[in-house]
Amino acid sequence: MRAPSILRTQAYRIVLVYVAVFAISVAALIAFTYWNTRRALDAQTDQTIEAEIVGLSEQYQQLGLYGLGQVVRSRSEHSGLGLYLLADRFKRRIVGNLDPWPANMEHPDNFVEFDYQRPIESGFETRRARGRVFALAGGINLLVARDVHERYLTERLFTTTLPWTVGLVLLLGLVGGAMMSRNMLARLDSINRTSAEIIDGDFSRRVPVGDSHDEFDVLAENLNAMLDRIERLMKGVREVTDSVAHDLRTPLNRLRNRLEATLRHLDPASAETTEIEAAVAETDSLITTFNALLLIAEADAGVTRGEMAPIDLAPIAEDMAELYAPLAEEKGVALKIEPAGATMIDGNRSLISQALANLVDNAIKYTPSGGQVTVTALETPDGVELRVADSGPGIPLDERARVVERFVRLEASRNSPGTGLGLSLVAAVARLHDAKLLLQDNRPGLRAVMRFPRPAPRAR
Amino acid sequence: MRILVVEDDLEAQRYLVNGLKEAGHVVDDAADGETGLTLALSRPYDVAIIDRMLPKMDGLKVVADMREHSNVTPVLFLSALSEVDDRVKGLKAGGDDYLTKPYAFVELLARIDALMRRRSPQAVKTRLQVGDLELDLLTRTAQRAGADIDLQPREFRLLEYLMRHASQVVTRTMLLESVWEYHFDPQTNVIDVHISRLRAKIDKGFDTALLHTVRGAGYMIRATRTAA
Repeated sequence: MRAPSILRTQAYRIVLVYVAVFAISVAALIAFTYWNTRRALDAQTDQTIEAEIVGLSEQYQQLGLYGLGQVVRSRSEHSGLGLYLLADRFKRRIVGNLDPWPANMEHPDNFVEFDYQRPIESGFETRRARGRVFALAGGINLLVARDVHERYLTERLFTTTLPWTVGLVLLLGLVGGAMMSRNMLARLDSINRTSAEIIDGDFSRRVPVGDSHDEFDVLAENLNAMLDRIERLMKGVREVTDSVAHDLRTPLNRLRNRLEATLRHLDPASAETTEIEAAVAETDSLITTFNALLLIAEADAGVTRGEMAPIDLAPIAEDMAELYAPLAEEKGVALKIEPAGATMIDGNRSLISQALANLVDNAIKYTPSGGQVTVTALETPDGVELRVADSGPGIPLDERARVVERFVRLEASRNSPGTGLGLSLVAAVARLHDAKLLLQDNRPGLRAVMRFPRPAPRAR
Repeated sequence: MRILVVEDDLEAQRYLVNGLKEAGHVVDDAADGETGLTLALSRPYDVAIIDRMLPKMDGLKVVADMREHSNVTPVLFLSALSEVDDRVKGLKAGGDDYLTKPYAFVELLARIDALMRRRSPQAVKTRLQVGDLELDLLTRTAQRAGADIDLQPREFRLLEYLMRHASQVVTRTMLLESVWEYHFDPQTNVIDVHISRLRAKIDKGFDTALLHTVRGAGYMIRATRTAA
């Protein structure tokens, strides 16, 4: 099992969503703070300017233009941030600490913002100001403003910081997320690896538990507890099948022993001999059924897993075809084997040969004289397959699922000999090998396919 | 022949011992693993029949200890355990053959006969002969009364196995195991059909039949009816 790429993990996807949400939140927070700060600062500035204007307007009304000029001059001299400019109709300075009249002023009757030059030690610097313009009588213009360069700088700081901040948040989030996903992935990977080994049949494996007692350790501990339980159950099933086998075989053995011992002391021509021989035959058929049931139970419990080895299906197919050829010939059925390519699987030779023998036996049994049975072992894109195709009556579509169940025999075959376990045994062998038993229409006839998974490449 | 029986089911042991004695063998018995091992190591036996599950010492352990003491007595395991991978374990532990309970007594008898025969060292034979039937193992040809018999490779192997065990009962499962090298329970009489084809080739047209069906047991090849 290969570990998935970090970018495709659920953890990383969650991280991506969180990082996106977080970055949007940060951007929104910064934008809101900026907007609010600016509003507060502007309001403060505007209030100051309004107050000044009120003062100046009082002066203008009491003392006229000359008085206004005096006041402007005196304020211009010791103003901190205040800017004043009284100009004539051509926007030429009469008095004030601002010159020339700033260009590019919009909305002259409302608050305006503009850049102006302020003398510093080495020349001038461009600064930001905010103020109002009034047109007085005689084309005189009055500009009252305040330097808002600090606010402007703060604003600039916000607008330049915002993308960087968001970018940094995204970057840190993604890197952190990747590291977190990698860590989670590593721990999930160890759980996945252990699971795969257990699926492969090594029930002694356990998920490594760290000592941080985090949720992964709790998960690992729970998985291990579950595995302990499964192992106990498997062992229980094995013990049950073993003891059922033992407890039923011992009396069956004694029964057969008694019958045989009796038989040895009887006249071979007597009626008793015939009867007891029939009883022995019945015992044997009981034993056959019991053995098949036990094998199916073992297959269902997966207890024979340990005996898997690399085997080639083609020789088994050839051997079974060869073994059954005289039987087929006697019945007038042509038994053919089709050549095969690479057909290696991991399996149990004894079980697979038994299963194939059952399929071939069935095929010959249900194919009328003159028909044909074909045995094939081949590799297909879906896996490695053993196929037994016949030209008999086939199995109706709606009965195909049912025939692999224990003791199910179709009405048509109820009178021919057999335990009714043949196909269930094949199905059980298939299950043991992670193989599929497919019953297909051979048009006409039945095609039974055991499709095995390709053997896992192993470094041993 | 001297046979050791180690079996804890006393009734099964009684039938086994009686049956073997009736068949003309000398039999010692033990009901647990330790006694069985002591007996196996103290006296020479031609064959040991050992149950897989024994009190005091497991059957596998008994055989492993025997082999450790360089004891090469052929061992046939009897087991009431489920078959599929148990058989492999038994053979790996040093057993020579394996029979699952319940078994047919004739099957057991045939198998211990085969085990004992395997033990007595035979000169490497290149020709097998039963009556006027001859098998050349080098040229892979068969002749009866000087006339060539055309045999398929598998038929040759079948005949070879029967002739190597001439005058011994050979069962169907023994044939499937030795000639085809498969171990399972064929549901129908597949082996019988192979035998009847072989019989048609070697016995048809001759006054005396060599290949005989042993009722309730299997087959036997032998020169005359009175022998065996």
